[in-house]
Amino acid sequence: MKGWMGKSKVFFLISAMALLMAGCGRENLTALDPKGYGADRAMDLILLTTFIMIGVFIIVMAIYVITLVRFRKKKGQEDYIPEQVEGNHKLEVIWTVIPIILVLVIAVPTVLGTFDLADDSNADEHVNIEVTGNQYWWHFNYAGEEVVTSQDLYIPTGERVYLNMLSSDVTHSFWIPSISGKMDVNPENVNTMYIEAHEEGVYWGKCAELCGPSHSLMDFKVIAVSPEEYEQWVADMQSVDPEEVPEDSVAQEGQELFEANNCMNCHAIGSSPAAIGPNLTNFGDRSTIAGILEPTKEHLVEWLTDPESVKPGNKMTDQYPALSEDEAESIAEYLLQLQPSEITPESAGN
Amino acid sequence: MSVNSAHKSGFGATLWDWLTTVDHKKIGILYLAAGAFFFLLGGLEALIIRIQLISPQNDFISAGLYNEMITMHGTTMIFFAATPLLFGLMNYIMPLQIGARDVAFPFLNSLGFWLFFFGGIMLNLSWFTGAPDAGWTNYAPLSLQSPGHGVDFYVMGLQLSGAGTLMSGINFIVTIVLMRAPGMTYMRMPLFTWTTFVTSILVLFAFPALTVGLFLMMFDRMFGTAFFDVALGGNSIIWQHLFWIFGHPEVYILILPAFGVFSEILPTFSKKRLFGYTAMVFATFLIAFLGFMVWAHHMFTVGLGPVANSIFAVATMAIAVPTGIKIFNWLFTLWGGSITINSAMLWTLAFIPSFTIGGMTGVMLASSVADYQYHDSYFVVGHFHYVIVGGVVFALLAAMHYWWPKMFGRYLHEGMGKLAFWTFFIGFHLTFFIQHFLGLMGMPRRYWVFLEDQGLDAGNLISTIGAFFMTFGVLVFVINIFYTWKKGEKAPGDAWGTGRTLEWATASPPIHFNFKQMPLVRGLDPLWIEKMEGNNKMTPAEPMDEIHMPNGSILPLIMTIGFFIASYGFIYQVDHKAWLIAVYVGMAIGMGCMLIRSLRDDHGYHISKEEVEREGD
Ligand code: HEM
Ligand SMILES: [Cu+2]
Repeated sequence: MKGWMGKSKVFFLISAMALLMAGCGRENLTALDPKGYGADRAMDLILLTTFIMIGVFIIVMAIYVITLVRFRKKKGQEDYIPEQVEGNHKLEVIWTVIPIILVLVIAVPTVLGTFDLADDSNADEHVNIEVTGNQYWWHFNYAGEEVVTSQDLYIPTGERVYLNMLSSDVTHSFWIPSISGKMDVNPENVNTMYIEAHEEGVYWGKCAELCGPSHSLMDFKVIAVSPEEYEQWVADMQSVDPEEVPEDSVAQEGQELFEANNCMNCHAIGSSPAAIGPNLTNFGDRSTIAGILEPTKEHLVEWLTDPESVKPGNKMTDQYPALSEDEAESIAEYLLQLQPSEITPESAGN
Repeated sequence: MSVNSAHKSGFGATLWDWLTTVDHKKIGILYLAAGAFFFLLGGLEALIIRIQLISPQNDFISAGLYNEMITMHGTTMIFFAATPLLFGLMNYIMPLQIGARDVAFPFLNSLGFWLFFFGGIMLNLSWFTGAPDAGWTNYAPLSLQSPGHGVDFYVMGLQLSGAGTLMSGINFIVTIVLMRAPGMTYMRMPLFTWTTFVTSILVLFAFPALTVGLFLMMFDRMFGTAFFDVALGGNSIIWQHLFWIFGHPEVYILILPAFGVFSEILPTFSKKRLFGYTAMVFATFLIAFLGFMVWAHHMFTVGLGPVANSIFAVATMAIAVPTGIKIFNWLFTLWGGSITINSAMLWTLAFIPSFTIGGMTGVMLASSVADYQYHDSYFVVGHFHYVIVGGVVFALLAAMHYWWPKMFGRYLHEGMGKLAFWTFFIGFHLTFFIQHFLGLMGMPRRYWVFLEDQGLDAGNLISTIGAFFMTFGVLVFVINIFYTWKKGEKAPGDAWGTGRTLEWATASPPIHFNFKQMPLVRGLDPLWIEKMEGNNKMTPAEPMDEIHMPNGSILPLIMTIGFFIASYGFIYQVDHKAWLIAVYVGMAIGMGCMLIRSLRDDHGYHISKEEVEREGD
């Protein structure tokens, strides 16, 4: 008897913990507090299935507990032989039919939702963005706009944004839990999904498919701004002149070093699409460095002098001559001044 | 040779006996020992993973090593711990349950074991030169790109052991079809035998898909083909299909025998026959069939399109129906019974709520729309550990306590059994329950670090604490084994007094030819029937006569070593062609053994009638 008390206590603890946790999680990362269309649809089914399952679990546990309390061998029953029941057709039919009904209740909205989320019939009326997954960063090319970014994806709120996704190396998976479910990014075929954010905000995205040592560091951000701000941002990005020389001398020196060290072999500033590394056009506006570090000069210097220590296995390590502390500082100064737009993660409320 | 040769003493003789044995009981024990060894390795790897994730941005191990850890943990646990432990049980128990003297092909049985064992050794030797790091699913292109030889070890190690598993599966099928005792009709077979049978059918159909996938991977990595290489016109998604066409049935290969175990233990300790026996058999087949139809639910996010996703979603949900039938039949086996709760029963009873949770999250995952959130997140890690640990590992531990007296003639210590149970059980829920929430809170699986300030700290800490509880439980169980070995209480043939099936009609441990005379089976739970009629033992189906037994052989071991050497050759010939010598030599040894085996007549030996009579019960 005592053992079973212990057990129910454990269960109580666990469910209390569950309730506590359900409200938790970081607001712009958790799927439990949906802020976009896909996440809403998923949440509907998460809730429906959870309720059904809790119901089933309670029934199972009720029978279980009653059985164990009533039919435990009592003292003096050592020789008691219970009746050897074979089965019971009525009961067996009941616990076949009820699950079938429950499964149907889940199946119908599942199928409807699956088709809904795969609907790309009017994709061309909306914003279309080419997404490329790379070890370990994301490339975004705004179709027809001549705007290219990396790591930070700007989208207008309240509108579907279609993402056409392809990988340049291994399989990745594009996931912004609070806005939408995930979609794999394969090397062989373009996968399309749409996302729609209800409110402005900076939402955290993750790579969800093991893609190498820095898989867990392949973060990105989705910056949802009002449609007007979005238009403004696109215009600002389009007006960037990649050749423009910065005003202060440290940054100028940085720009020269940037060119002298062949950084441009892999990176681009402006809308040129082809690049091995991330496009740096609006680097100074970015919410993070390399997707994970806070955007400070120290972090940038750290990244430039030893990217390997930040993201193991990344493809920037050893691709350029070693930089002195000073050189890295100047380049950092230059890059952080690349701030073409007033529309930044802050304007979305970061 | 006669029986007495098996009783020769001395370390050398004992070792030789184990290396050459074709006795299903000894092979069963070999499987159990090897599986336990790999289970401890896999557990150690799990603990290291959890220590790394104890706090945000921890740097206990490096990113590369971490990926090796998760890959080796998953691969080891599935292929070299759970599967062989179950195969060990099947090997030991199933022939006894159907009243057979051995399996149909004893030589093949031994070969199957050695192939599995050397496959596992091979995989683990990769720790010294760089382990595989592309996950236990080994998805292309990451696996093609993986530097060094880690993935090659994965490919060759699994190929070797996979061949062994396939052989064992075929062996079990033939044994069950042909070697049942008189009167043991199909519908009188114990559920564990049934699940062994259905599992073996799954092995027969599932493993070839893995074999094909591994061959293609081997050729891509070692001989410059491009089946999975997109740049050269291949397609990496094909690997995912091949892997899951094997991989999904594989999880049923694990869980069905676990169901079988529980279906044996519940009747024994509630003194009642299994409720709804026919429905249980039918449900087993249905689960197996559906298990083959749903592999693409691992690929909902691959981009197969809404039609495929919908079909696979609904097919997956359907599995809940036969599984539900099973859960309720187990509950009603207990209902009205006279229930004894001991260690074996504790694991069994703990299974019911734990597995129910795992099964339910399975239905949740089957809803493709919601799966777009769960997939590849910690929710999945939580789900499959609920099923695999709460189902398979609980079953293995239950089975150990239940059949230990049968296998070794001594009872495991109850107190230690209970201590191990409670710590492991609590640790298990602490570790994995919270992972469902971690997943939904945005933690993808296979993450080496999680960043600060993402709301993931507390959950991960609790999860790691749970892992320590489980580790403690496992250690207590290991101590229990050693204690029992030295001091355990002796067990009679019908160790629990309420045994119902034929294995309890033999001595504990059984004599090496199992039954002096074939038992006559007169219904389901044959021993129970005899006991109810006041007989203490089975009615024999045949007069006492001499018994024909197979000879032991060292050939399976040598053959396996040959293929093992050849596998090394295949892996390293990429670096230097001189390694091709190893390929040729290894293949020559393997093929040579096959040739000897086919050319030499080996009719086994006979145990005379007098000797059979002399051997005590
Ligand atoms: C002893 C308790 C165990 C603990 C604490 C544990 C813990 C873990 C952890 C932390 C992961 C990595 C999750 C990730 O980051 O993706 C993992 C993965 C995995 N575990 Fe376990 N595990 C345990 C037992 C088992 C058992 C018994 C099995 C199977 C028989 C198993 C099968 C797997 C598999 C297949 C994976 C996936 C590996 C991969 O992603 O490639 N685990 N486990
Ligand atoms: Cu990735």
